Amino acid sequence: MTLLTLLILVGLAVAAVRAHDLLAATAILGAYSLMMALLWCQMNALDVAFTEAAVGAGISTVLLLAALTRVGTQESLKYGHRLLRHPLRTMRSLVTELHEGDGRRSAIGAVLVCALVGAAMLYGTRDMPRVGDAGSPANTHPAVAEHYLNRSADEVGPANVVTSVLGDYRGYDTMGETVVIFTAALCVLLLLRHMGGRTRDE
Amino acid sequence: MSDAQSPVIRYVARRAVPFIQLYALYVLGHGEDGPGGGFQGGVIFASSIVLLALVFGYGAGRKACPERISDFISPLGCLVYASIGLLCLLMGGMFLEYARLAGPDASDHAKHAAHHFGLIGIEAGVMLTVTASMVTLFFEMARPAPDEGGLDE
Repeated sequence: MTLLTLLILVGLAVAAVRAHDLLAATAILGAYSLMMALLWCQMNALDVAFTEAAVGAGISTVLLLAALTRVGTQESLKYGHRLLRHPLRTMRSLVTELHEGDGRRSAIGAVLVCALVGAAMLYGTRDMPRVGDAGSPANTHPAVAEHYLNRSADEVGPANVVTSVLGDYRGYDTMGETVVIFTAALCVLLLLRHMGGRTRDE
Repeated sequence: MSDAQSPVIRYVARRAVPFIQLYALYVLGHGEDGPGGGFQGGVIFASSIVLLALVFGYGAGRKACPERISDFISPLGCLVYASIGLLCLLMGGMFLEYARLAGPDASDHAKHAAHHFGLIGIEAGVMLTVTASMVTLFFEMARPAPDEGGLDE
């Protein structure tokens, strides 16, 4: 079941990158988040799943749609956002336009870089504990995981340990996160409110 | 432009909004015993207002949550959070040491209740900020040009 979810995730990711219509890509990203939420559920991380479903599949999709009303729904070759979304193809087509031979060489270079970084990451995962491993360092640390799991009901109260950690043990961090969200809204407000609305032809 | 929806969508959206908001409050209140909390509750609450804007147009959505209200609530949530922490300091405890809210010689029961109150308080602060911030993010990004009426084509 987990394998199936992961396969669908990969498929959705590829589809999102390949979609030329940004509206479709946004919808696919929403579906991707929903699958991700399912995956968190399978890992018993319900709080994360809930957040992923509400934020990733819900609000982010809508925010991306709102952003699309400013930039248009067709990706453009001229602008950098295409380069960001799929560097390989853009780089190849851009450079091929300039110079046939150079284009091919830089594409090969990009493939090499991707393959090397990917291989390094895969190698790094070999040191990670298995999913849900009760003997992993994070789960056996006496002052952190064990303490929270065994004593949070007495020390803090809530049955949900995640809430205890976020609201009490790490309450100061959560305050910082709240301020971060406020700051994000403040920046968008300062930048966009006085720009006189979106423009379609820019 | 904004009225181009089918009556079914308009009816369902209008009827769904209070339930979404009620559910958001439930998620906030239930965060101690199950998944959820202020952040998720805030996002869900904000999505109800976004739904209004998507179905009934930018103006109708902004009417449900005017600029000055969301601008006020966004920092208010941070203020609520920090004030609870500061209150704990004033009561002689550490920053965000909720049990101190019960007073210096409180019983264990009172301390427990104060702890509970503090947690719900900060979660409510988080929810206020998240709701207003998400609403602000959406409305600022989707703001129509002066010559256009609504968000949707």
